[in-house]
Amino acid sequence: MSATAFKTYPPPVMEVSEEGDELLEVAMGPHHPSTHGVFRMDVALDGERVVRLKPVFGYLHRNHEKIAEKASYLAAMPYTDRLDYFCSLTNNWAYALAVEKLAGLEVPERAEYIRVITAELTRIQNHASAIGFLMQEMGASGTPLMYAFREREKILDLFEELTGSRMMCNYMRFGGCRVELPSGWLEKVKTVVEGLPSFIDETEALLTGNEILMARSQGVGILKPDLAVNAGVTGVMLRSTGVNYDIRKVDHYGVYDRFKFRVPLGDHGDIYDRYMLRVLEMRESVEILKQALKDVPGGPIMDPKSKIRGFRPKPGEAYGRIEAPKGELGFYLISDGSGNPYRYRVRPPSLINLTILEDMCLGRNVADVVLIFGSVDIVLGEVDR
Amino acid sequence: MKTAEEIVAIIKAALPDAGVELVPNPSPSAQHSLLLDPKSAVAVASFLRDDSELALDFCSNATGVDWPGKEIAEKVKVTKLVDGVETIVEETVKRVEPGYLEAVYHLYSVKHAHREIAGPVVLRMRTGNRADRVQLPSLTPVWRSAEFQEREIFDLFGIVFTGHPDLRRILMWDEFEDHPMRRDYVDPDDYEYEPTPHDEVLKRAEANKAEATA
Repeated sequence: MSATAFKTYPPPVMEVSEEGDELLEVAMGPHHPSTHGVFRMDVALDGERVVRLKPVFGYLHRNHEKIAEKASYLAAMPYTDRLDYFCSLTNNWAYALAVEKLAGLEVPERAEYIRVITAELTRIQNHASAIGFLMQEMGASGTPLMYAFREREKILDLFEELTGSRMMCNYMRFGGCRVELPSGWLEKVKTVVEGLPSFIDETEALLTGNEILMARSQGVGILKPDLAVNAGVTGVMLRSTGVNYDIRKVDHYGVYDRFKFRVPLGDHGDIYDRYMLRVLEMRESVEILKQALKDVPGGPIMDPKSKIRGFRPKPGEAYGRIEAPKGELGFYLISDGSGNPYRYRVRPPSLINLTILEDMCLGRNVADVVLIFGSVDIVLGEVDR
Repeated sequence: MKTAEEIVAIIKAALPDAGVELVPNPSPSAQHSLLLDPKSAVAVASFLRDDSELALDFCSNATGVDWPGKEIAEKVKVTKLVDGVETIVEETVKRVEPGYLEAVYHLYSVKHAHREIAGPVVLRMRTGNRADRVQLPSLTPVWRSAEFQEREIFDLFGIVFTGHPDLRRILMWDEFEDHPMRRDYVDPDDYEYEPTPHDEVLKRAEANKAEATA
């Protein structure tokens, strides 16, 4: 290697905006506290106004897909926990659903109920924390987040008792669930669920009419429905623009057909709508949980056809998706008849919801960028995979 | 929702010049796909999005698949002169089936979401081979959601999307040269190797040593 192989960086050049002002380039991140991990936004500023914003990914990239392609189908299951580490149970479900489609497995009724219960608990704790983090970024240091974490703790305790782990649950299997419910678990879930409405009321009493929240979030980060659909935005982000698209209602996966729940829709597509939708979705999840807990059927929790060892689906491919708390989480699998997937692809909602980040931020102030980014609700483990 | 066969028929009726064929999927999921000719792919994609009956306005997933070339050994019977007598001899002939890279898109309709239970409509495009003709038309102008995903395919598989507004690496760093999701990728011993000043010092020390001993 010669000395010239050294990277030399050119001196910073000040670009000039259309009006003739000098642009300031700022790298927000990768260690900015508002980026929820390692994520960078290269922002060009005209004074305080954003004129360009390019997200930079990959700091947490570990090529999850390649690792899963070299391992057996089952060995990828615990690894899906690490995608969106806030919602490991919904990640498990999405992967299990894709493999069940690929291999044609049926899930027993009891397992479907358990899946709905765990997924809705996951949604509640994710939305509660998302609101907490958003408030943290708005300057309400600590308090709302701690209130959210107090409630999340109760749910994580339930997960720990059921799966043995608080966050890395690794609970679902192809054609069912891993272990039977511990005795008395459903009663504990009922107690926690009964306490949830008062927690949501408390959050709303503190925040919904809060002047600072309204001033900072109403009319900020507006997203238009046409662009949202075209850019593949899903989850709360999409519904905040008023598009009625909830995969629980669209795909009828699991046993969601049996429960009565509404899909909250936004009106303006701004940050406040996203906050409000998360609150309302928590309320709907509580409704689903109440109905599901009423009649959990007995019976097996695994499809007798499914095999843990020597699992080799026939050649073919399948795409399975669910409504994860952050949006549409999909898994695309191609089997060549061997014991490990030929192609294993994760459709990460967090990454694709960031496609329109620049569109939402242009023309806003730097302080708004932090809020807009926080309202998308991402986890870097899933963005970078 | 229309079946894949019906969608092929609709496309052929509307765009007679478009190259579309059905790729069956033998798995229980029965998600068959449409193989598009790259030349007419953007026209077909725009048609699928804008047609009011199909209205596939939502491109959920875009990804790549690598199918490396296969060497196929076949036994062929050949007549040969053996010791002046014509006899039939079996010979194995090796034939290389060229590989290709594939881009796969999963489409849904948000407009008609609640009409029926809908499976994805799967589009595929294939490159000519894996080495030099790896260009495919970008579908980002049709569905913006492909923007980051096509960048990811370019990064990890090395398919160059023509017409993409901002085709850069997305997950690997810009100086990285290989495409890690290809099946024949060999990972380096040290990902983070960068030339350091120490390399130069060591080289000079070795040169000095060689000079001294000579």
